[in-house]
Amino acid sequence: MSYIARRLARAVLLLIGVSALCFLFTEMAPGTFFDEMRMNPQISPETISALRARYGLNQPLLVRYGRWVKSALHSDLGYSIAYNVPVAPLLWSRAENTLVLTITTLLLTWLISVPLGVWAASRRGGLLDRSVTLLSSFLISVPELVIAIGLLAAVVRWRILPVGGMRSADFEDLSTSGKLQDFLLHLALPAVILVLCETAVIVRHVRASVLEVLDAPYVQAACGFGIKSGRVLFRHVLPVAANPAISLLGFSLAGLLSGSMMVEVVCGWPGLGPLMLEATLSRDLYLVIGGIMFSSLFTLGGGLIADIMLLALDPRIRREAADAQ
Amino acid sequence: MHSRTAILVAALAGLHVILLFAGFVAPYDPATQDRELPYAPPTRLHFEDASGFHLRPFVYASMRVLDGDQAGSYQEDQTHAFPVQFLLHGSSYKLLGLHETTLHLFGVVEPARILVLGTDGYGRDEFSRVLFGGQISVAAGITATFIALLAGGILGSVAGYYGRWIDESLMGVTELFLSLPWLYFLLGVRAFLPLHLSALHTFFLLTGVIGLIGWARPARLVRGIVLSSRNRNYVLAARGFGASDFYILWRHVIPEAFGVLLTQAALLVPQYIAAEVTLSFFGLGVSEPVPSWGNMLSALEQYSVLVAYGWLLAPAGALIITSVLYGYLADALHSG
Repeated sequence: MSYIARRLARAVLLLIGVSALCFLFTEMAPGTFFDEMRMNPQISPETISALRARYGLNQPLLVRYGRWVKSALHSDLGYSIAYNVPVAPLLWSRAENTLVLTITTLLLTWLISVPLGVWAASRRGGLLDRSVTLLSSFLISVPELVIAIGLLAAVVRWRILPVGGMRSADFEDLSTSGKLQDFLLHLALPAVILVLCETAVIVRHVRASVLEVLDAPYVQAACGFGIKSGRVLFRHVLPVAANPAISLLGFSLAGLLSGSMMVEVVCGWPGLGPLMLEATLSRDLYLVIGGIMFSSLFTLGGGLIADIMLLALDPRIRREAADAQ
Repeated sequence: MHSRTAILVAALAGLHVILLFAGFVAPYDPATQDRELPYAPPTRLHFEDASGFHLRPFVYASMRVLDGDQAGSYQEDQTHAFPVQFLLHGSSYKLLGLHETTLHLFGVVEPARILVLGTDGYGRDEFSRVLFGGQISVAAGITATFIALLAGGILGSVAGYYGRWIDESLMGVTELFLSLPWLYFLLGVRAFLPLHLSALHTFFLLTGVIGLIGWARPARLVRGIVLSSRNRNYVLAARGFGASDFYILWRHVIPEAFGVLLTQAALLVPQYIAAEVTLSFFGLGVSEPVPSWGNMLSALEQYSVLVAYGWLLAPAGALIITSVLYGYLADALHSG
């Protein structure tokens, strides 16, 4: 248990670090949200300084940070200047959509890449292995933005799927099953783009970790004793190869969230990405910081889940955790 | 293996030379607009006319036919043929930013135009813009990589060499950077900086920010190498002879890290090019009229443009070629 507690404490520490880093950066920022207003002759300088005071932007760094931490503890995460509401509820309504997209992507990616990677590794040098390696190394090289724009172009060109948003205009009139179908159709394009990008990375790692175990002396010994190759693979190779693959699950989340943000903007999926971009363009300080906090929270949370899975599945880690106590 | 690496290096060198001499290779100025030629498709090369086959290809001038459609369509004016010429004089540019000249690799005489990749919505030559945009995007990738490797190399070797609390605190900070989704972080840092800046300022700002966010991974790699080489016998021997810390780092440790850093560079350059492209695509990077692959692609955010004018996907194609070459080079370097 203390292993998980330690991990949890580290995640909290990292979150505090992220927020501190964000506030350090704001200190270096030369302008604020209200700069655009200054150009407007209808708004007096007094109004602007009153607004600045209201949002606490004229306070020194430490005071602002202290206030923000207090607000974060009340689960507000500060106040959005553009929307004039607390940041956290605003972000949360969008974060749900990001989570739907990323969790769907994760499930599909692992459903595809684990069998594919294991299969490719177990027939090393075969046709499937070579084509998987070739295709994945190509897809890894191509930037996600290009894959997204390319697929979007194809989908719009041949009208394969609906694009933009997450529901059709007549969504309210549809039956329950129709609603679900409509939602899934809108989810399909962003999910396919992300699954394509992610699978290329994960399948390679799964293949590599299975290959590494296949080369281990005890597997060779098992084969030498005449144990059937299927049993060797499932009983002796896969449980060991699962460790690096699960660690990868934790590491890959940060990349997945970045990719998701880009895909959300390109496909018009109403997740955190478009909101974050909008906040960046309008320099809505606390919304931007909130967006970063949410994304790191998801990454660290995912990492924690991966840690717990490792603890449950890998006796070596349990041993290590027990030794550390 | 080595011949494959050599081919990849040669191809990449060729690509960079083309981009470096963009002004010479491009037939037109990247910013000159032609309101008579919006969304003109690529010019067709002809070899045959009424008088038979010609070895030298020629083109016809494009005529815009306005029908109900806003952009109109284009037809060839077949009354005059314009042969493709090499080394002819056209718009003026500065070769390598130094020498003012008007010489271009190829082109045709006005009023015909040779549009290798068509034009964009302002009638600007897409091919010339891809070349000049590539200058910006690729230079941004390389500069950002340099910054990240320099910062990562220095901090990583310091952490690995001195160990103890320096190591622990630095590695804590790298963990912070690695656990963040980089695009959110990049956007965040960008949000704190002024939006509207001159192209040159934006360029250095972008590369600085990308490099600043990317230093963590190279730092960890270098730290690992330094840690392992610190206890090697020849390093211990050198220290026994009274060599200084700096001497050992410079003479023994950094050369060992060099190969790893080179592989890392081949991996990072395409990633950072993609980062610049993504930011410019979002409208947070290099802004018009200076072309970059990212801001060129942002024209495709309108679905109608995306479907009707396929040649505007050209920057994406250039990006694929560059990234794949770098990616395969990184693979080849990694596997020795």
